[in-house]
Amino acid sequence: MTQPDPHSPARTIGYLAVIAGVVVLGAGSFAYAAGWLSPSRLTPTKLVSALAPTSGPALGHRRNHAKGVCFSGVFEANGTGTEVSRAGVFARGTYPVLGRFNLGTPDPDAPDATVRVRGMGLQITAPDGAVWRTAMINLPFFPVATPMAFYDLLKASHSTDPGAMASFTQAHPEFARFGGWAKSAPWTTSYAEEAYNSLDAFLFVDASGARHPVRWSLLPQAPVSPVTNAELTRLGPNHLEPEITARVGQAPQRWTFNITLANPGDETDDPSKAWGPDRRMLTVGTLIVSKIEPERDGPCRDINFDPTILPDGIAVSDDPFPAARSAAYARSYDLRASETQYYPYHLQTAKSSTP
Amino acid sequence: MTGQRIHFTMPQRALHWLMAIMLLAMLFIGVGMVSTVGPKYLALLATHKTLGVAILALALIRLVVRLCSGAPALPANLPGAMKLVAHLSHYALYFFMIAMPVLGWGMMSAAAYPILLFGGLHLPPILPQSAVLQAVLWKAHFYFAFAFFGLILLHIAAALFHAFIRRDGVFESMAPLPIHDHAPSAQVHPAE
Repeated sequence: MTQPDPHSPARTIGYLAVIAGVVVLGAGSFAYAAGWLSPSRLTPTKLVSALAPTSGPALGHRRNHAKGVCFSGVFEANGTGTEVSRAGVFARGTYPVLGRFNLGTPDPDAPDATVRVRGMGLQITAPDGAVWRTAMINLPFFPVATPMAFYDLLKASHSTDPGAMASFTQAHPEFARFGGWAKSAPWTTSYAEEAYNSLDAFLFVDASGARHPVRWSLLPQAPVSPVTNAELTRLGPNHLEPEITARVGQAPQRWTFNITLANPGDETDDPSKAWGPDRRMLTVGTLIVSKIEPERDGPCRDINFDPTILPDGIAVSDDPFPAARSAAYARSYDLRASETQYYPYHLQTAKSSTP
Repeated sequence: MTGQRIHFTMPQRALHWLMAIMLLAMLFIGVGMVSTVGPKYLALLATHKTLGVAILALALIRLVVRLCSGAPALPANLPGAMKLVAHLSHYALYFFMIAMPVLGWGMMSAAAYPILLFGGLHLPPILPQSAVLQAVLWKAHFYFAFAFFGLILLHIAAALFHAFIRRDGVFESMAPLPIHDHAPSAQVHPAE
């Protein structure tokens, strides 16, 4: 024992300081990893909170695309997609589908004619159980180029500063395209007359392992009858849900499933830039919607249409949005799942009205 | 819990240090991934799920090994309260090691998320789809993570306390270096 006395008070205090240092370092790194020391980090919580109107979110509902209706049906694959993706759902065959038509609004009671963006959440299940989920909108391009810009857009649109939107559009010139589309694109009176676009670029992986950057679109086979916003307004605040219910009740509704392959050099990381019409396009099948159910007790209600839930044969690209959407959708899902007491279930309404 | 050994067995020590690294990585990945919308979110999530399943498998093996091999007795002169805290904290550590992956798996199941791991592995759901269950499970998973991390910090502090201040052989009993397992009882307090 040539060492100094390990029990001297000075050494004990020194060791206690070392132990305290280890604990503080551990807790500090944990706090850093959790983002508590980085107030500028864009977290899913911040992004989801920014979606809410100034009056607060609609509890129990999706934090965006809150107004919607469930559908089910099939995807009829014609086999063409197997050239670019080994995903089971592209092999010739018929696969069950679950989905949701929706309006791009955080307000589940928003009048139909006040919401410019319409969407479709879709889940296709392959025979081996592999699930593909996608959430698409009728816009042909995304309003902004990055998730941070989207967050800034939400902040600006809810800002009380009258100059907020002007300074946002100045900083994000790509947003002007959305303004142009919102003004000039025709309205329709049916979810069945809308095209739905992935916007984000993904990678299809074929049987040889080769990767193909793609985007996809569902094009309506129903004839499109454009109307003005005033004409849609006259149909009432809740026209779209009964309309699609009645229409699908008459006959199944169909969409052509098109894959657009990127040209060499096409940017895959910016969904605000649409790819032009000179890209190679493959029609891989038909979506057939044969049943509509209200969201309240419908099969889509508790489904998170997270666009990163992909089968083997489809992968994310360097587009930053799918990851951001996945993180934010998960947050939205967790929030609404813990708010079921605020959600207007039919079951509860029926129970409370039964003596 | 009593035995002749003054060290944990070699498999126990190997499991302890391997899992120490995995559990710390897991907790950091967990708090990191839920606080970002960046592209790394997806890789972190896939790693979190894969590592979680590996931890669950190792924790169950470790539990069996612990039940079979036992643990060295704590020093006879350790105050009763510290012995109690030591025993309770070990029960709690085992609880979290097993409960956290099961809660994670359960909350993914209740949310109807496909559970895909690295390497294309696909786990079956262990619970039916239920928003109410999902809410309870993710909250438990979330709050338990902080409790687990706090407990690990306490565990590290206690280990260093034994190593530096008490020097009673408790730290050495789980030391990563292969120290001979059986020793004469005179060496129960090697630091003396």
